[in-house]
Amino acid sequence: MEDAAFWVLAVLAVAAGAAVFVVDSMARATFALLASFLCVGAELLLIDLHYLGVLVVLMMIMEMLVMAVFMVMYMMNPAGLMPMTMMHNARGAAGISVALFAALAAGIFAVPWPERAGRPPRDPTFALGESIMGPKMLVMMVIGIAILATMIAAVVLATHRGRYGDDA
Amino acid sequence: MVEVVVIGALAVAAATLSGALAGRPAAPFQEAVRLLTLQRRATHRADRLLTTVGVVSLPVAAALAALVVPFGDRVAVGSSVGVVWFNAMEVVAWASVWLAGWGVNSAYALVGGYRFLAQGLAYELPHMFALITAALGAHSLDLRVIAAAQHGLWFAVWMPVAFAVYLLSTLAMTFWGPLGHPVGGDLAGGAMAELSGPDRLVLLAGRYGLLAVAAAVAVPLFLGGGAGPLLPGWLWSLVKACAVLALLVWTRGRVPVLRMDRAMAAAWTVLIPAVLLQMLVVGIVVV
Repeated sequence: MEDAAFWVLAVLAVAAGAAVFVVDSMARATFALLASFLCVGAELLLIDLHYLGVLVVLMMIMEMLVMAVFMVMYMMNPAGLMPMTMMHNARGAAGISVALFAALAAGIFAVPWPERAGRPPRDPTFALGESIMGPKMLVMMVIGIAILATMIAAVVLATHRGRYGDDA
Repeated sequence: MVEVVVIGALAVAAATLSGALAGRPAAPFQEAVRLLTLQRRATHRADRLLTTVGVVSLPVAAALAALVVPFGDRVAVGSSVGVVWFNAMEVVAWASVWLAGWGVNSAYALVGGYRFLAQGLAYELPHMFALITAALGAHSLDLRVIAAAQHGLWFAVWMPVAFAVYLLSTLAMTFWGPLGHPVGGDLAGGAMAELSGPDRLVLLAGRYGLLAVAAAVAVPLFLGGGAGPLLPGWLWSLVKACAVLALLVWTRGRVPVLRMDRAMAAAWTVLIPAVLLQMLVVGIVVV
């Protein structure tokens, strides 16, 4: 049952990823990519990495929607309503991706895979935090807050007087 | 699965209360029947697929969020990361509203969709910090553990700022009442401007669902879960959830819609520092 779910999600993730390059609308491409990421998040849930899986779902939804905002700000067709394509330099891209795929696939067979050492921790979330931060936890927390404060201050300064500027 | 049905019933009750506060308790049901029989309005070159995904995903997200909400000791899915799951399902609303506003290919709806994203960005950070503050106080992301950690003293009492920010940001995430600007009258209905018939009904139902589930989650987060004298735990949870939900619904008729740029300035400059200070206090006390 879990194996079946794994393969279904894997195929869906790849198919949605391919759809990004097939569809002709920026919004559809964005949400095809999101669908692909959600499948990956579900895969993580399947292998019992609950925190990471849910976090992927949470962050990817937010990230794709923030991308939608930037799409309007920076794209030549505001709102992304005009037909578009994700394909640029199709022949070169095809060459590069085939070569990359071949190299990665060769790696699967060429590299000696390590034997599994140890067993899964009782609390993967806790173990993950320990292995990323370990004894540097306090430093990481302080830096995290400092980065956040900088971001918020930058936003507050940049949007000094609303969307119409000082004159309005 | 009883828990999900209960949240659905709470959503219907919220709609009824909303009608009753406006003087017509039956109005939501009349509106529902009217919308069910109404023909869809088609807009020029609309993206039907994305609009449908947007409309349907809102109630689905509310139902999925309801899975981790404990009533007393009962819960549909006992997840060790319930808080994160609840928040992930809440941000599905970002996608829902933006897709519904974008997909119909209409200027007002589009602006409404982007308004919601801007509002969401401003309120998601304080909302997350409020959730994390409660989780920090209980050393757990499990809603049942957080509820159990409040025996004696409710988190609402000793983290009042986090509780207030949670309620306020909930209004923003469900574009309700004072923070209903994304679907505001000044935009001819904003993100919902072009939605008609069953589409509109499903999106509105999803919003009530999200409102109900957020009210129900406030109970294990800040109001001691199912703790209380005499009554069984699940009933206490239900009573408290009803009270929070009634408060949220009541704000719609009593508080004017806030102008977006002002509300967002306050969100960035006041709410985030306030809730960070609250988290600092909680962090110092518990560690």
